Amino acid sequence: MDKEALIAELKEIIKPYVQDQEAFGNLTEDTHFITDLKINSANLVDIVLDTEDKYNIEIDNDSMDKMSDVKSAMGVIEEKIAAKG
Amino acid sequence: MKDRVVITGLGVVSPNGVGLAAFREAIKAGQSGIKFYPELKELGFSCCIGGMPEISEALKRDYFTELQLKDFKSSGILYGCMAGLDAWKDAGLALNEAPDFESGTIFGAGTSGVEKFREAIYKLDAKQVRRLGSTVVAQTMASGVSAYLGGIIGLGNQVSTNSSACSTGTEAILMGYDRIKAGHAQRMLVGSCSDDGAYVWGGFDAMRVLTYKHNDDPEKGSRPMSATASGFVPGSGAGALVLESLESALARKATIYAEVLGGEVNSGGQRNGGTMTAPNSDAVQRCIKKAVANAGIKAIAIDAINGHLTATIKDATEIENWMIGLNLKAEEFPPINSLKSMVGHCLSAAGSIESVAAVLQVKEGFIFPNINCADLNEDIAALIPADRIPQKLIEKDINIVAKASFGFGDVNACVIFKKYKNK
Repeated sequence: MDKEALIAELKEIIKPYVQDQEAFGNLTEDTHFITDLKINSANLVDIVLDTEDKYNIEIDNDSMDKMSDVKSAMGVIEEKIAAKG
Repeated sequence: MKDRVVITGLGVVSPNGVGLAAFREAIKAGQSGIKFYPELKELGFSCCIGGMPEISEALKRDYFTELQLKDFKSSGILYGCMAGLDAWKDAGLALNEAPDFESGTIFGAGTSGVEKFREAIYKLDAKQVRRLGSTVVAQTMASGVSAYLGGIIGLGNQVSTNSSACSTGTEAILMGYDRIKAGHAQRMLVGSCSDDGAYVWGGFDAMRVLTYKHNDDPEKGSRPMSATASGFVPGSGAGALVLESLESALARKATIYAEVLGGEVNSGGQRNGGTMTAPNSDAVQRCIKKAVANAGIKAIAIDAINGHLTATIKDATEIENWMIGLNLKAEEFPPINSLKSMVGHCLSAAGSIESVAAVLQVKEGFIFPNINCADLNEDIAALIPADRIPQKLIEKDINIVAKASFGFGDVNACVIFKKYKNK
């Protein structure tokens, strides 16, 4: 999938949970969910569930632990989509 | 001055009025908030009427963020936070940047997030535990409402939820009062809430304690003290009061609604006639008597009583218990009213919603009317003069109101409110 398109889709997914709108506006691949976007750590599971629904994939606990920033989240999504075949 | 506790803010979310202004207008006009709910009929309830506050999606957003409302399914927490935040604002208090260690909350509940819990159980049983999301615990933990309020306001003192069935709200007031009186806090947001709807009310319908005779005329359904009372009508909502040390209230130049003189909580121990569901009258009388003694007043000085009075066969017993507890003769008995005639029995929210009504009476000088009891129960008529059960609004100066609530588990609570005077 096109990287820009994936970032745009990921932004839609995380948008409801973002507490720092300025950081959200300047989002890059290096943006961290908790330290930059100030997302409540409890909401990370909601982001994972919303991501699962969006791409019809299943994100296991180990993969979820890796999803701390935009880049790692994109990596997990691409990996799971690829695994789906 | 050091030992006095006053009320400086009120908030209410009631079936007959959301917000203090609408509620005041409704109770003075004797306006019922009881409606027929087709979903109850669909589910096979005998009693298909009840009281639920009407809250628009837009109004919710005055109190909660979009994120807080995402997957939000706890009506009790919704009502409790709305009433609590209204009371806080009404008291002229701000949401804190840093925790205010002198402000806390005791905000009661009977259940929490029953709808949310139901949804979670369905997912769990479908082996979808990992799909529950992050919101189940906060919405279904018993202390959900106090946790939400504590977080939104930034409370740094005790943040807790009490639960004592239908006496919860009145008990919360006395718990907050005690904490301020003991010098452990300057301000306590106290109150209570109740979830609404079938999953809370079903158990009562099954016990046959709800009226099934008024599905066609819901507004006539809740009939405390009436000869044709045939069981209670379930309600829901929340009431909230900001209690404050007089010292703090005066320093802030806050509006003072009334003073809490004290009260009493006890239990009949489910002995001597008391059971899980019925009160031990000796304990009720003792609770009322001790409340008056603790308040340091004489019973004859009470201008009005706000009763528990649910519209069951126990109403006459309650009146008799008031007479014995207060040691008043029939002629000395003050006017008594029951808000339940308008809003039904709001269960864990009852004590706080009714206390808000009682405090308004003290502050503004009126006694709200009882509705649906023109046909007075004859056992009650034999105890006290009929004019002590006002059928119309009475406008007069009210100095002292006694308010009591009783609950399953044979638990009792009685609180005394007095007009504030800088004596």
